[in-house]
Amino acid sequence: MRFRDFDWLLIGVALLIAVIGIAEIHSATIGSKFASVWVRQVYYLLAGVLLLVVMSQIDYKLILESSPWLYVISVAGLIGVLVVGQAIFHSRRWIPVAGAHLQVSEFVKLVIIVVVARFCGEARLNLAWRDVLSVSALVAVPAGLVLLEPDLGTALTYIPVAVVGLWLGGLRWRQLGWLTLAAALMLPVAWHGLHPYQKARLEGFMQPQSDPLGSGYQVLQSKIAVGAGGVWGQGMAQGSQTRGEFLPVPHTDFIFAAFSEEYGFVGALVLLGLYLLLLMRLIQNAQLAPDRSAGMVVMGVVAVLAFHVLVNVGMVVGLMPVAGIPLPLMSSGGSSLLFTFAALGLVMNIRMARFVN
Amino acid sequence: MDIVDRNDRIPNGRMAVVQYGIVLGFIVLGLGLWQLQILQARKYAALAEQNRVRTEPIPAPRGKIYDVHGRLLVDNYPSFIAFLQRDGSHDWRADLPLIASGLQLALPDLDAQVAKFRGSPAYQPIPIKSDITEADEEFIAAHRDQFPELESIMASRRLYPKNGFAASLIGYVGEPTARQLDSGQYRPGAVVGKSGLEQYYNQQLMGVDGERRVLVNSHGRVVGTLSDQAPVPGRDLHLTLDENLQMTAELALGNRPGAVVALDPRTGAVLALVSHPTFDPNLIAQGLSSAQWQQWSNDPEHPLLDKAIQAQLAPGSVFKLVLSVAGLQENIAETKKVDCTGVFYYYGHPYRCWITARGEVHGVLDISQAITQSCDFYFYTLGTEMGIDTIDKYAFALGLGKPTGIDLPGENSGLIPTRQWKEAHYHQPWYKGETVSVAIGQGPVTVTPIQLARLAGGIASGGHFPRPHVDADATNNAGFDFPLTATTVTTIAAGMTGVVNAGGTAASAHLQGVDFGGKTGTAQTISNAKLRTITGSHSQYVDNAWFVGVSPVVNPDIAICVLFQRGAEGSFAGQIAAQVVKAFYRGQNVATATAPRATGAGTAAGE
Repeated sequence: MRFRDFDWLLIGVALLIAVIGIAEIHSATIGSKFASVWVRQVYYLLAGVLLLVVMSQIDYKLILESSPWLYVISVAGLIGVLVVGQAIFHSRRWIPVAGAHLQVSEFVKLVIIVVVARFCGEARLNLAWRDVLSVSALVAVPAGLVLLEPDLGTALTYIPVAVVGLWLGGLRWRQLGWLTLAAALMLPVAWHGLHPYQKARLEGFMQPQSDPLGSGYQVLQSKIAVGAGGVWGQGMAQGSQTRGEFLPVPHTDFIFAAFSEEYGFVGALVLLGLYLLLLMRLIQNAQLAPDRSAGMVVMGVVAVLAFHVLVNVGMVVGLMPVAGIPLPLMSSGGSSLLFTFAALGLVMNIRMARFVN
Repeated sequence: MDIVDRNDRIPNGRMAVVQYGIVLGFIVLGLGLWQLQILQARKYAALAEQNRVRTEPIPAPRGKIYDVHGRLLVDNYPSFIAFLQRDGSHDWRADLPLIASGLQLALPDLDAQVAKFRGSPAYQPIPIKSDITEADEEFIAAHRDQFPELESIMASRRLYPKNGFAASLIGYVGEPTARQLDSGQYRPGAVVGKSGLEQYYNQQLMGVDGERRVLVNSHGRVVGTLSDQAPVPGRDLHLTLDENLQMTAELALGNRPGAVVALDPRTGAVLALVSHPTFDPNLIAQGLSSAQWQQWSNDPEHPLLDKAIQAQLAPGSVFKLVLSVAGLQENIAETKKVDCTGVFYYYGHPYRCWITARGEVHGVLDISQAITQSCDFYFYTLGTEMGIDTIDKYAFALGLGKPTGIDLPGENSGLIPTRQWKEAHYHQPWYKGETVSVAIGQGPVTVTPIQLARLAGGIASGGHFPRPHVDADATNNAGFDFPLTATTVTTIAAGMTGVVNAGGTAASAHLQGVDFGGKTGTAQTISNAKLRTITGSHSQYVDNAWFVGVSPVVNPDIAICVLFQRGAEGSFAGQIAAQVVKAFYRGQNVATATAPRATGAGTAAGE
């Protein structure tokens, strides 16, 4: 245990965001049926810190070496979820574990980071098409399984891991061009495969005024909440959009909107600044990593967290469609929080490893 | 670029691209926040306000309606209205089928009601059921979470007299028409008068609705009140109508189709105004099914019409009063005697007096006797002698061919045919033979019952024609004067007295000890020539019976007109008039003996 070598700034920022998140969960749910959710979030945070410490003590090399096995177990787990998982909210992404619901797909995220990092870290720097296709397939299989649950949002978060991994692994411009073209051609097919509610969300994003009571409602109410916050906000627990329950799920996916309504432009910028600091500090850790695979692991974490923040806040301010992607560290929910702290624990381990040599 | 990275490091350039990409993303988010929270903050603050502040109307109680003695005719009672609030978060349209079944509404009716409000702002509630039952109230309370858009408010509702008492006079209330809504005159869901006094005096009766601004959450639950603006109640309406006299007229006419109008010729005050068959306005106030509307609209007897002011029918022999006035004023008739030989020949065409149907003739008559016995022959002679222009002049001068100006909506003017009218409508000159038909109130001549009541009263009072009115507080009742000579008045009075005495056409309408006179009329609803072409039952073409009466016969206190559609002869209409006149004097005796009473409860007309 070499806590001296921990990245205390990184952990401090993460804990600060998590504490702000708990305060906001509490403030946004006063008087509602979710009023006690913040207490549970405190326990999740404590569990997260514990997980961080545990993960920081497991040699990342061991994890990288066993990553093929972890991958096989993950895919098997996702199939298991599909087969025996409970149907909650019309999807099967939960399996009951020790009385709490554990979201398997969140932890698969970590495994994908490790697998992609190992593959790209060990490949030659200029990737052959075979490598590109292998990485794509490695990510596509679990992503496809998650999509079947169906959980479009989580499936989407796997993609930036592959993109960033390939990019840092030395993807050539021509390959990038072809991949972009292929993705563009896939779009109509993907649209066809979307569920009606997902199509409605996208349509609501494009034209929120067209049907303010239907699919565009969430986007519109979120924008109203953010806009009504103004420069300084309406004060803690004073947001009318949040307290009046006009803002949907203000303690989970739309927590940034609730926060922005209460603390305004200034508060929202400070919060965004904290996230940016967290991400930049992680990138710094990647640059200092002892080897390329280790750096890739950290950048995988960066890719996932940055994607989460950009898509979630983008959705809240109306720049992105509603995709059901939570805000890391803040949104209420154990799985997401535990994933983030586990990932940070892995980063700690990599950080400390450089002092070993 | 076949390089082996000896340092086993990620290329710095590629790391930088990722780093800058993330920073760029955050800058975009920052700009998004700037846009919403700085540039458009005001707009979104207003939208947030619109979300949480709801305006609920507080309906103003409608003015009550009293009769001349302060007896309550139309009252309000508290009732609850179910309505939809559309500004909630909820997809309320999907709930309509369940709400319809829960409140026992027909879904098409509910959809139609909702469709009416498509163009109005979402904060305006849609009333979907008035006078809801306790079960409805429970349904709304039990489904507050499931249907947050469904609410109820208290609103006073109209309580009308039972069994259609004075219904066509009082009218009924309903929702504003699409045109009224478009003009911005009324808000959707407002209660406005649709006919009768309710329509004519709507502005006075309706008052100004108040409103309550409340704070709500997304479930529509009220969490606080911002402001409370009390409604301005509508002003009460005090009528000239006498409840007892109205009741007598209603019962006297009974279920016969027709109308009764009783006026005070001195002031124009309407004492009774009946139109039968009629409708129950309470049914309309409770929200009428479209089936019932259809039934009333398609009824050949037109129960929704106020025949007293809207029926335009040939006056028949009552029109002989117009010719009598013309002949006497023109100094033709006073000394004129005509020998009724049964058949009047004009340019070779035979015109029969009604008496020939009995195989009799009237013999020699003066004008009074001609009125009493309603001799067609006399008035054929007088009419053709004066010509159509003189007849028209006096018909218009006595108030026919134009509305009386009564304070009721939809009054018709009737028709007095003139040369110009004939030219304009048929592009033909006036034929002298047509004057013969007009002389006995047939042909194109039409009048309304209110016109005839005023005409009879006006002649008997020497040419004083005040504007008929129902509102006791109505001003501008002067009407017009067309002074008649004393000879005209007394001569016609003598003839009208004869009508209700032995030898008259309405001897059965005689009132012992009452100075009462009248004139009968029997008007064909169809020409004889046409009647002959119709085979089978003639029941719907049976003549209309008229009676106009005054009492006393000079300077009367009451003038009355009775229309008994398809009543064949005027004498039965005369009996109805006699009952009203009798009740009028009985009421006057009572009124002088006891002080006017005021009752609190709604009035009922029993049958």
